[in-house]
Parts: sequence; structure tokens; C-alpha cells
Amino acid sequence: MLRVVTSVYRTQYITIFPLRVQERIIEGLLWLSAAITILITAAIIWVLLSESVRFFSEVSIIDFLTDDEWTPLFAEKHFGIMPLVAGTLLTTAIAIAVALPIGLTIAVYLNEYAPARFKQTVKPLLEILATIPTVVYGFFALTVVTPFLQGIIPTLAGFNALSAGIVMGIMIIPMISSLSEDAISAVPRSLREAAYGMGSTRLQTAFGVMVPAASSGIVVSVILAISRAVGETMIVAIAAGQQPRLTANPLVPIETITTYIVQVSLGDVPHGSLEYRTIFAAGITLFIFTFALNNLSFWIKKKYQEKYD
Amino acid sequence: MSKKNYKLEARNLNAYYGSFQALKDINIAMEEKAVTAFIGPSGCGKSTFLRTLNRMNDYIDGFRVEGDVLLDGKEIYTKDVRVDELRKEVGMVFQKPNPFPKTVFENVVYGLKIQGIKDKKRLTEAAESSLRKTALWDEVKDKLDKSALALSGGQQQRLCIARALAISPSVILMDEPTSALDPISTAKIEELIHELKKDYTIVIVTHNMQQAGRVSDQTAFFYMGELIEFAKTKTMFTSPKHDRTQNYITGRFG
Repeated sequence: MLRVVTSVYRTQYITIFPLRVQERIIEGLLWLSAAITILITAAIIWVLLSESVRFFSEVSIIDFLTDDEWTPLFAEKHFGIMPLVAGTLLTTAIAIAVALPIGLTIAVYLNEYAPARFKQTVKPLLEILATIPTVVYGFFALTVVTPFLQGIIPTLAGFNALSAGIVMGIMIIPMISSLSEDAISAVPRSLREAAYGMGSTRLQTAFGVMVPAASSGIVVSVILAISRAVGETMIVAIAAGQQPRLTANPLVPIETITTYIVQVSLGDVPHGSLEYRTIFAAGITLFIFTFALNNLSFWIKKKYQEKYD
Repeated sequence: MSKKNYKLEARNLNAYYGSFQALKDINIAMEEKAVTAFIGPSGCGKSTFLRTLNRMNDYIDGFRVEGDVLLDGKEIYTKDVRVDELRKEVGMVFQKPNPFPKTVFENVVYGLKIQGIKDKKRLTEAAESSLRKTALWDEVKDKLDKSALALSGGQQQRLCIARALAISPSVILMDEPTSALDPISTAKIEELIHELKKDYTIVIVTHNMQQAGRVSDQTAFFYMGELIEFAKTKTMFTSPKHDRTQNYITGRFG
């Protein structure tokens, strides 16, 4: 009896030991890939920060935040970020105004009304919208949407925030519809049944019960969409113009933070000059925006997700 | 014309999920203001049948029925019946308590609000009266503006019953209403069913033989989609006609 036990113990010992080494190597590799990602992010933040610090040693941060003109490339230089922020917020607001109602309607339709098969076909098709290169969207805005809108609004400039915003909205529709649909699908079936059982119509069930119950997920989808719109570059660079302007008027050319960065990095601004460093100041502003938005969505997800068991 | 007026009736009812036949030629008539219990092993069709009574299966892909279901003598599976109106008449309580993630008050008045009733006084009165009927008022009257999800499971289930009562249905369908509850909460719900039977027609699906015996006036035994036996509960539990019923009741299978 005793011999049997020892032999079992031995075989286990022998087979387990080499596995441990393999396990260690795999664990190490996994750790390394995670570490590299974090290191790269840290490096990017470091470059942004160090260049910005040098920028702000020459330009006062108060001017940066309060001056209402952004003309670093002109003879008379002004370094007020507000016109760029305004341009970014304007195009983002237009994009969300387009994408939220359409995206949410699609999500509700797919979840509540569409037959299962239709949903299975349409949802991936919609997601194709998100795979179209943004440069294509940009030219679509410039060469199709703007001329079309000019037929309705004759005062619309050739480059403007409106068509860029609308097309950007179209681009982020699938983001909102898909994530919102996921959120609505995740609401327990029992809640839908409760609503139906009380004599709710489909519409009452959808907007009175399902959408509110999925609201945290829907808000997260909108925040991610905002984050995407704030960082969007190509569409606004092509269709919104390159004129920093502190305005809420969507009909005139504006410039967003991202567009400005593109403009400078493609231009003949000498490396290491103050003009060159403006892109890092603009970059860190943009980064603060998207970083805050992503954290907000993360926080909302965490805080409200475990509402149901 | 039958002499007696039945509250709920099914005539030659067949139901299918796609090609699977879940109900086979069901004929049954349930009396008004009585409790009817549906018993039978899992998958026997009792829940499916319960759900045909308020057309809860309508949105399931591939579900269809043949035959007639009558409420107060009127066919409910016709084009001109509005499903949402039907469900105001035939309320439902589910297996797991499923209050909305809203306040206790909002839960109780939900059904009234979706009917467009906004009068605050009327809503408050209806809420109190429904909560009293379910013996929940004293327990929750100070928590009306708290989330319903903070109540205990048993309280949540009684809240769901109160919510169903608030829109004054005449029939209440209960799909294993106590299977997720502890014995004390179960006792409370059973007591409640006794009370409610004075004003409502109740149909209850249960896996618990003792419960069927305690709460119901009539019992229907389903097996493999067929209605095997339907009789007064006392009769069925003391002298069942079919062997299968006998075996099931005595716990020899199921």
C-alpha cells in the first residue's frame, strides 16, 4: 500500500515541475507585453509633458487659456487655445446631435422590434460604417454634404463645421447603436416581461423600461463616441477648414485641435521652435479631454454596472 | 352555449415553438374567482399554457397557436385584440421577483402611468390600496421613495403582485411565484392568494405539490404537452383518475 502511494506522489512531482517552468515563461511574456504597452503610453505622456513644459515656460498658461486668438504661425503671435477648443466642441456637439438620436433609435429598433434574423444581418452591416477610412468620410463631407447643404443654406461656407460634424456623426452612429444595443440586450429578460405583463406597448417597454435600465451602458457609449469625435482628425481637416475662430456658428470655417496639429506637423515649421512646440501644447489639451472622458466612462461603468444580479 | 360562464377557456388549443409542439389539444375551462393550479414535470407545457392566457409568448420567434383561448367568452387570439389591453385585464407575476429599477412607488403606479394617469392623488391612493392588499403597506410605507431593489426577495415579489393589482385586472397569472422565496415569504404569498381569490381569478403554476394542495380550488395536471387530468384539487389529490397523475402527485416521477 505504502509503495503505491509513494509512486503516485513521485509521478506527480515529476510531471508538475517542468510545467511550472513553462508557466513561468508564459507568465513572463504576458507580463512583458502588458508592461510594454504601459511603457509606451508613459513615454508618450512624457514627451507631451516635457515639450509642453518648455512651451509653457515661454507662453503663460493664463494667456493660453484666456486669449481668444490662436495665431502662432503669424507675425503677431497669439497663443489662446480657446478657438481650437471651441472648434473641437462645435464639431463634436454636431456629431453627437446626429449620432445619439439615430444610434439610439437603431439600438431600440434592433432590440425591441426587429426579428432576430434581421438583427443578426443588420448589426454587422452597420458596423461596416465604422470601418470606412475617415479620409473617405472627409471627402464625402467636402464634396457631397457641403454642396448639398449649400443648396438649403446659401450662406454656408465651402469649409464649415456643420457638414464635418454631420459626417462625423454618421461615422460614430454604429459606435452608439452597437454599444447601446449591447447595453439594452444585457438588461434582464425578466424586466421586459414585467413591462409587457403590465400592459406596456413595445414603445413604452423600450423607452420607459429598457432604455432607462440600460442607461449606464448607453451613457458610456455616448462618452466613448464623444471621445472619438474629439480626437477625430481627417474629416475635420478636410471639410471644416483651417481657421481658428472662437465661434459657435457652424456655417463658417473653423479649426479643431487635431486639425491644427496636422497643419503644423505637415508644414515647414522649424523643429524645436516655439511654433513647433505649440502642437505639444495642443496635443496635451486634447489628451486631457480624451483621458478625462475615457475615465469618466470607466467610472460610470464600474459604478452602475452591477445593478442586477 | 354552456350554461355556466367560465372566466378562462381553452378549446382544442395547440401551441408550437417552431416545429416543436408544446401543447397538444388542450381543453379546459376555469371558473371565476377561483384558484387553478397547473402542475406537472418541467417541460410539460404548463408555463407555456399559462403564457398563452395573456399572450406573453407572442414575441418569441417561431411561436404560434392553433385553436381558441377565451377570456369571458371572447377569443383573445384574433387580430382585433390589442395585446397591451389584454394584459391589463390578465395580469402576471413571474417566477423571480422582477421589480423595475425604480422606486417602490414608481413600481406600483407604473401600470397606471403608462395608461396616461398623471393625477398625483389618484396615483397615491392606488399605490396605498394595492400595497395594503398585498400586506406590504406597513412594511414599505416609509420607503416608498427608496429603490425597490433594496427590498427583500419576498417583499419584492409582493410588490410585483401589488404592481399587477394596481391596474385592476380580473385575472392574475402566477408563474411559480414562490420558487425563489424562503418558506416564510412563501407562506405570506400563499396567504395572499387566499385573500385575492375573493376578487380575482388566479391561475398558478407550481412545482410544489403541497402548495397546489394548499392554495388551489382546481388542479390541472400536464404531461408532455397534454392536459392529463383536470379536477377539483381535493378530488385530484385524494383519488386521481389517471395513473400518471397518481405517480406524479405521490412523487414517483417528475
